[in-house]
Amino acid sequence: MAVVEEIRPTSEALLGTKPPRKPANMGQIIRWLLLFIGGIVMVMPIAYMISTSLKWPHEVYNVNLIPEEPTIENYTYVLEDGRFYAWFLNSIVIATVTTICNILFDSLVGYTLCKFRFPGRYIIFIAILSTLMIPTEMLVIPWYLMSQQFGWLDTYWGIMFPGLMTAFGTFLMKQFFETVPDDFIEAARIDGLNELQIWWTVAMPLVKPALAALAIFVFLGNWTAFIWPLIVTNSVEMYTLPVGLSSFGDEADVAWELIMTGAAISTIPTLVVFLIFQRFIIRGVVMAGLKG
Amino acid sequence: MATLALRDLVKTYDKTEVLHGINLDVADGEFVVFVGPSGCGKSTTLRMIAGLEEVTGGSIEIGGRQVNNLEPKDRDIAMVFQNYAIYPHMSVRKNIGFGLRTAKMSKPDKEARIDEVAAILDMTDLLDRKPNQLSGGQRQRVAIGRAMVRDPAVFLFDEPLSNLDAQLRTQMRLEIKKLHQRVGNTIVFVTHDQVEAMTMADRIVIMKDGHIQQVGTPAEVYHSPANTFVARFIGAPSMNMLPATASGGVLRLDTGSTVDLPARADGPVTLGVRPDDLGLGEGVALVRGKVTVREPLGPETLIYVDTGAGGEVIAKADGRTPPEVGAEVTLNAKPENLHFFDANTGQALT
Repeated sequence: MAVVEEIRPTSEALLGTKPPRKPANMGQIIRWLLLFIGGIVMVMPIAYMISTSLKWPHEVYNVNLIPEEPTIENYTYVLEDGRFYAWFLNSIVIATVTTICNILFDSLVGYTLCKFRFPGRYIIFIAILSTLMIPTEMLVIPWYLMSQQFGWLDTYWGIMFPGLMTAFGTFLMKQFFETVPDDFIEAARIDGLNELQIWWTVAMPLVKPALAALAIFVFLGNWTAFIWPLIVTNSVEMYTLPVGLSSFGDEADVAWELIMTGAAISTIPTLVVFLIFQRFIIRGVVMAGLKG
Repeated sequence: MATLALRDLVKTYDKTEVLHGINLDVADGEFVVFVGPSGCGKSTTLRMIAGLEEVTGGSIEIGGRQVNNLEPKDRDIAMVFQNYAIYPHMSVRKNIGFGLRTAKMSKPDKEARIDEVAAILDMTDLLDRKPNQLSGGQRQRVAIGRAMVRDPAVFLFDEPLSNLDAQLRTQMRLEIKKLHQRVGNTIVFVTHDQVEAMTMADRIVIMKDGHIQQVGTPAEVYHSPANTFVARFIGAPSMNMLPATASGGVLRLDTGSTVDLPARADGPVTLGVRPDDLGLGEGVALVRGKVTVREPLGPETLIYVDTGAGGEVIAKADGRTPPEVGAEVTLNAKPENLHFFDANTGQALT
C-alpha cells in the first residue's frame, strides 16, 4: 500500500503546480561551480575586448571592466578609417572563398576515399592525415617560396591557396560519408546518375551537419588567420583584418582601444556565420536521434 | 519485360570463389525467389545482375542481350534495397520521380507517371511528405514506387521485407504479389525467409555455399526436395531426418522400425519425414518415444518426442487433445509422405 501511496499523483501535481525542488547535492554544486568558472574564463576576454573598445586611451591599462568615461569615439574613428573597410572586405572574400572551396574539395576527396575502392586508397588517406602533424610554422617557408616563384605574393590567391583544402576537413567529411549507406549511392547509380551527380544530389545533402561544422571551422580559421597573411602580404590594402588591426599604433605605442574596437566589429561576421550554420548542426543532431 | 539468363556465373573476391558457376533461366514475367542462408551468394548474384558487382566469369543476359559490361543504368533494371534507400531529404514525389531524372520525358509526362505509380501503390495522399513522416510499410512502398516508375525490364528485390515487423511483412508480401499480378514484370527477389519464398514465388532458387541446390516451384521444392539441405531448409519446422539402413528393398530404421524402400539402394540411408506428415494417426509406425515438449499452435500442437537412439523428432498432434508431456507415443506416417536420401551424398533417392 505504501508504494501505491507514493506513486499516486498529488492534488498539486494534478493542478499543474510545480513539485518541490530537490535540494542540490555536493556533486551538483561542484559541477555548477566548474561550469561557472569555465563560463567566466570564456566570457572575460570578450568582455574586456568590448570594455576596452569603449575606453579612452589613457584608461586602457586600467583593469576596471566598466569604463569610467565610456565613449564610442573609437568606433567612429575605426569606421571612418578607409583602411578598415578594405581589410574587412579582404577578410570576407578570403574567408568566404576558402570556405566554399573547402566544402567542395574536402567533401569530394572525403567522398572519393570513402565510397570508391581503388588501389592505394588507404595510403592516400594516411598521407593526407599525416599532414595534420606538420605545424603551420614549418610550412610557411615553402609556401612563401612557392608564392614568390609563381608571383602570388601580395595577392588574394597567395593568401588563400594554402587553405583551399585541408586534411582535417577531408578527414571530417570522409568520416561523415561513412554514415551514408552505400545503398543510397547504388540506388542512384541504378537510376542513371553519374558519380558527380550522385555526390552532389544524394551524398552532400545527407551530410549537411558536417558541412555546416566544416564551414564554421574553416570560416573562423581563415577569419582569424594571422601569421600567413602577415607574411604573404606587403601592401596595407591587401591586409586582412587581424593583420590590419595589429598595425594600429606604432612601435612606441600600441593603440589597444582601436585594436579592440576593430576586433569587436570583426566578431560580427563570425557570429552571423555561426547563426546561419548552427541550425544545420542542431537539425543533424535531432535527425540522428530520430533514426531507426 | 524481359527474360533473364545466368550462364556459368562465377564471382571471386581476391582468390576466394563465392559463386561457382550459376546457371538459371528466368522467363518473361516470372517471379523468381532466391533463398538460402546467410553467405550462400544470393545477394551477390542479385548485385551482379544489377551491375553493382563485377562478373568474374560467365555471363548475364537480360532480354537476350549480354549485360556483363554495361553500367547499372543501361541494364534496364530497377532495384529495391533492404533498407529502402529512399532519400530522407526528398519528398515522396521527388523520391519516386528520382529514377526519371535522366529519362527523356517532358516534365508533365514525368509528373503524370509519378501520379500513376502513386495511385497504383495507394500513395497519392503521401506525395508531399518526407520519408521520416512515413511508416515502415509506406517507406517500402515508396522504394517500390521508385523502382516501378521507370517501368524496367527486370525488378530486383534485395531482402526488402526484412526490416518490417511480422504483421507488416505479411501485408507487404501480399501487396508485392498483387503488384506482380497487375504489372507482370519479371521479378528476382532475394530473401532468407523460406516462408516469403514459398508464398510469393513462381519458382524458388535454393542456394547454399555459392551453388544452386534446387530450382523449382514451391510445391516441387516442398514435396520433392533434391537433397537433405533443401528438405531441411524449406518447411517449418524442419523435416525430421532419421538414420536408417537399406537392404533388399527394405529400410530398417535405427529405432527398429522397417519401411518398404521404393528406390534402389543399399547401405546407409536417411529417411526424411515432415512434422506435418508425422503424427498419431494412420500410417507406418516409424518411431516410438516420450513427449518432452508441447507447443500449442491452436488448431494443432507440435510435440517434441525423444526417441532415444534416433534423437528428437517433431510431430503434429491434435490441438484439442494432444498427448501429455512424458506420455509414450508411437508416431506414424503414410508411405507416400516419406523422403529417402543417400546418407553419404545427401541427394534424394529416386
